[in-house]
Amino acid sequence: MLEAIVFWTLGAVAVAAGAAVFKVDSMARATYALAVSFVAVGLALLLVDLHYVGLVTVLMMVMEMAIMAVYMVMFMGMNPALMPMSMVHGRRTALVVSVGTFLLLAAGALLVPWPSRRDAPPVDVTAALGEALMGSKMLVMITVSPVMLATIVAGIVLAAPRTRYDRFGDDLRGHPADDPQPGGVGRR
Amino acid sequence: MPEPTVVEVSAAWAPPAALLLLTLAWAGACLDGLLGPAPGQGRVRALRRPLTETARLLRQPRRTLVGADVMLWRIGGAGLVLVALLMVAVVPLGRWTLADLSVGIVWFNALDVVVWALVWLAGWGPNAVHSLVGGYRFLAQALAYELPLMFALTSPAVAAGSLRVADVVAAQHTVWFVVWMPVAFVVYCLAVAGFSVWGPLSPAAGADIAGGVLSEASGPDRLLLLGGRYALLAAGAAFAVPLFLGGGAGPLLPGWAWVLVKTVLLLAALVAVRHRLPTLRPDRFVEVGWMVLLPLVLLQVLFVSVIVVGGS
Repeated sequence: MLEAIVFWTLGAVAVAAGAAVFKVDSMARATYALAVSFVAVGLALLLVDLHYVGLVTVLMMVMEMAIMAVYMVMFMGMNPALMPMSMVHGRRTALVVSVGTFLLLAAGALLVPWPSRRDAPPVDVTAALGEALMGSKMLVMITVSPVMLATIVAGIVLAAPRTRYDRFGDDLRGHPADDPQPGGVGRR
Repeated sequence: MPEPTVVEVSAAWAPPAALLLLTLAWAGACLDGLLGPAPGQGRVRALRRPLTETARLLRQPRRTLVGADVMLWRIGGAGLVLVALLMVAVVPLGRWTLADLSVGIVWFNALDVVVWALVWLAGWGPNAVHSLVGGYRFLAQALAYELPLMFALTSPAVAAGSLRVADVVAAQHTVWFVVWMPVAFVVYCLAVAGFSVWGPLSPAAGADIAGGVLSEASGPDRLLLLGGRYALLAAGAAFAVPLFLGGGAGPLLPGWAWVLVKTVLLLAALVAVRHRLPTLRPDRFVEVGWMVLLPLVLLQVLFVSVIVVGGS
């Protein structure tokens, strides 16, 4: 009973906060409304005893949204989004697509014949998850990690206005690097 | 020595636990006053300062600002104390704990990340330049201390083979973790100063930007922000005890008393750091965090892992 109340409350909070993302008029509010929505989903996961997954969802989403707020304010506004502004554009298409997606996923969740549990759940769900990820799925993990790292490095290389020639001179021999900003580990 | 078992007490003990944490925070504030009394202020007045300051701020009217996002500002201000209270829910006081979570360490980690959002919101809310600069400074600095902190929290978990705080305490019945993972302990303490906007990692509230995230806060909001910083320091010190300092282990005194003694000592050290170390410039610290602390603490985790695998 109590669990049902908590679940439906969290579900309502998640949907309402998700909708609020498009109703509010500031990038900060929109971002943190999304964070609240994700936190509600993470807490709902605790109800099915997925403690690690639930808390990590909260951790990652709050962290991501805190960083995203900075980028939203920087890039998404007409002139840095410090002023109130609308959070929607292409209103009709977006509405049709989002309602359609919601109905499709909800119908899927309700209509799919979910298999019933055959064994008892493992005693330590977190350890079982770790073994699944680091055991049979290890190949996927060690393939994905370098790809992600390469993507990050490539992204920074493409975005950074200064190249190594700016830093070390045309013959790349100008050590220490000539940087506009001093660092904390001895560069000047 | 028998392994200490931890029992979960009823939720009715939450208010006394909250009171205990706030008392610790209060003691931290008193010590801070003692260590650095304002010019012309005697020690007695410095000791009384938290009380007089609380009374003053409770009566002070709130400042109203044009275009402030009052809701987000209030959330940012009030949240710090709440986060600190939730953090200590998983800290065992000797044999008793409020919540014996199977992933207590992740719980703590998730909460210290919530501080990112709260401090930034406290900086964003007032719609003022210095405050906003403070919020941005905090995020940049948080990125640099958070990853080292995560691996510092990983070391005891790897050594204990569990994310449950009680298991981490039990794993230290021979040697405290601080002895063979000192790097993780130091990084952890630095990160506690970080998420408490304290001492060397306090440029988000720095004097060079007129108080940063604190600059526009007044009345009860300011009280909650300042009190939240001390509460976070106290909560960080309290969590270090089961993680690195052997929990309630110690001679003569019962377990709960040792937890309190260790917490108070670490809290005092953290408070004193503010009067001994200069504030680090955020642009400098960011590079130190990524280039020095992160590799160091990764080596620490490697060291711990090798010992755990070799010993089993």
